[in-house]
Amino acid sequence: MGRRLILTGNDAAAEAMRQIDPDVVAAFPITPQTELMHKFAQHVADGDVKAEFVLVESEHSAMSATVGAAAAGARAMTATSANGLALMWEIVYIAASSRLPIVMPVVNRALSGPINIHCDHSDTMGCRDSGWLQIYSENAQEVYDNVLQAIRIAEHPDVLLPVMVTFDGFILSHTAEILEGLEDPVVRKWVGDYESKYTLLNTDEPVTYGPLDLQDYYFEHKRQQIEAMRNAPKVVRDVGKAYGEISGRSYDLLEAYELEGATRVIVALGSTAGTAKAVVDEMRAAGEAVGLLKIRCFRPFPEAEIAEKLSRAKAVAVLDRSVSFGAPGGPVHKEIKAALYGTGCDIGLVNYIYGLGGRDVSMDHIRQAFTDLTTIAREGTPSDGVRFLGLRD
Amino acid sequence: MSEAIETARTYLRPSKKLPTVWCGGCGLGIILSAMIRAIARVGVEKNDVAVVSGIGCTGRMPTYVDFNTLHTTHGRALAFATGIKLARPSLTVIAAMGDGDALAIGGNHFIHACRRNIDMTAIVANNSIYGMTGGQYSPTTPHGKRGTTAPYGNVEHAFDVASLAAGAGATFVARSSVYHARELDRLFEKAIRHKGFSVVEAVTNCYTSYGRLNNHASPVEMLRWMKENSVPFAAAAKMDPEELEGKFTRGVIVDRELPEFIESYDEQASALAENPVAVEQVGNILRRFDAAAERLNPKSG
Repeated sequence: MGRRLILTGNDAAAEAMRQIDPDVVAAFPITPQTELMHKFAQHVADGDVKAEFVLVESEHSAMSATVGAAAAGARAMTATSANGLALMWEIVYIAASSRLPIVMPVVNRALSGPINIHCDHSDTMGCRDSGWLQIYSENAQEVYDNVLQAIRIAEHPDVLLPVMVTFDGFILSHTAEILEGLEDPVVRKWVGDYESKYTLLNTDEPVTYGPLDLQDYYFEHKRQQIEAMRNAPKVVRDVGKAYGEISGRSYDLLEAYELEGATRVIVALGSTAGTAKAVVDEMRAAGEAVGLLKIRCFRPFPEAEIAEKLSRAKAVAVLDRSVSFGAPGGPVHKEIKAALYGTGCDIGLVNYIYGLGGRDVSMDHIRQAFTDLTTIAREGTPSDGVRFLGLRD
Repeated sequence: MSEAIETARTYLRPSKKLPTVWCGGCGLGIILSAMIRAIARVGVEKNDVAVVSGIGCTGRMPTYVDFNTLHTTHGRALAFATGIKLARPSLTVIAAMGDGDALAIGGNHFIHACRRNIDMTAIVANNSIYGMTGGQYSPTTPHGKRGTTAPYGNVEHAFDVASLAAGAGATFVARSSVYHARELDRLFEKAIRHKGFSVVEAVTNCYTSYGRLNNHASPVEMLRWMKENSVPFAAAAKMDPEELEGKFTRGVIVDRELPEFIESYDEQASALAENPVAVEQVGNILRRFDAAAERLNPKSG
């Protein structure tokens, strides 16, 4: 069915982009995303793709050029990390509110300061309310698969919102894995041709993107964005199922790993889910009732599905690779807490902030969390509900 | 020699991060040492100097030197430096930036700092590439030269840094190269002494990214290229454009006087302070603020 490839996470995203062959790609270098665009630039230079590629003078310009191209009716992509995403911020919101189905791989990296180039999720978690869908990837295979699915999700008429496909900097972006790629004609058929409904280049029906929208209709337009986000879970699921038919790999909003009969559950996203799976396997073999809930789609947040998956657990540890300063816990933890509110479940809940600035998370750390959960299952939510994994005292 | 060691001991932070992060054969060390020699010659106290940088290989420069130093975000060195200068006009403020940092992501800050003529010095280490991120073409990559994002040659055209600075209004503009290390520190010295915004373009070599992508044999060969393909500004004035094709000029390109930003600002403020009408108007505004504050938050008792 597919082609066996050895690719890093960055290569996998670039390979997906080569096969998608978007009309326009704008980029600016930032570690650890840079190699992704090197690869894509090579494809452009070699004539493997028809895409127009431009190396602009900042990430603000990269997102602006992408928005311009998308408004003109093009299938447009870019990619970034950390401070690059922060610099794009203004236009990130404009992409979503203009309902432009841009797909952007984001290679997760800690936001400055102090300056740090390694992985955490402070960059994408920081723009979780920007109106973009966010899909987190566990490994290079998922990077590839998620980028291909993101095109269909973003461009679906019920959604028409931009999508970030995120993957952990260096941990995934710079390590090679064996994965399976689809054949070019299969991908061509999968993504199809993009027909923008409202394009700047249609002179018969001229449109304006981004005009002043005040007390009169701004609110209603926000409502439309909210509705599009509400439509998204079904589309993410349908696309994940359809993708299974061409690839043999189906995707859902969440991945329940050994949740059957699990009383102690860890919730994670990104590459840490892979580490947690290894620990779950080991502990399950030793007869322990542990499991993992991996959140693939963080935006929109599948709250009902998460509450349902966790309903039979006695103790749950939520792993957050970013901080929400001054808030009662990390971003994932807070939303899970909200999802469980009113469901009548009796779950001991604990939050672990871990891995900031690329601090390694090992199987030992995950084991420690599961060990803590034994006590929490017995005694309920601890008073120190927000803890740290792998932090020096 | 002992003097050089003494200078290094005085101005470097050997306990911190040395040896530098820079690759073997990189010209940034030459620029760093030229900057230190210039500051030593100007004779300004270490604590009266602020060195500010953005991101990239040049961005690491403040880490190694024992001044007030600030390592900021990509492209923003001059914006931060402007804030420092405004808050503490007595400081000698130097912004050290690479070509990508100063001219792409920070290009807008660069031209406006030139226009504003604030008394600071901008050092632009121009190696014609984004070095740290792995050799993407930058705003100074020459047309046709390779970068990792231009594997068969750059289709865009390069900025002439010194002309850009001059055009944007900088009152002191100079250029030399890391081959001409002594000339470089003399130009840095002049730039620091200059009252107003000064720019020195230091042409340098990134062998690791630019050199290898563009078939340079070695870092030394790149230095030799600088020697053989640069012309002092005065000599260049007498040469035909054809003779200057592919070469760059060195020396002081602009040196002129124009009212400096902070001085002009202070003058205006003092003039207003002596103007009874202005004082009256400002007094009225302040009294209105006080009255509003009193209404919002009445003093008890």
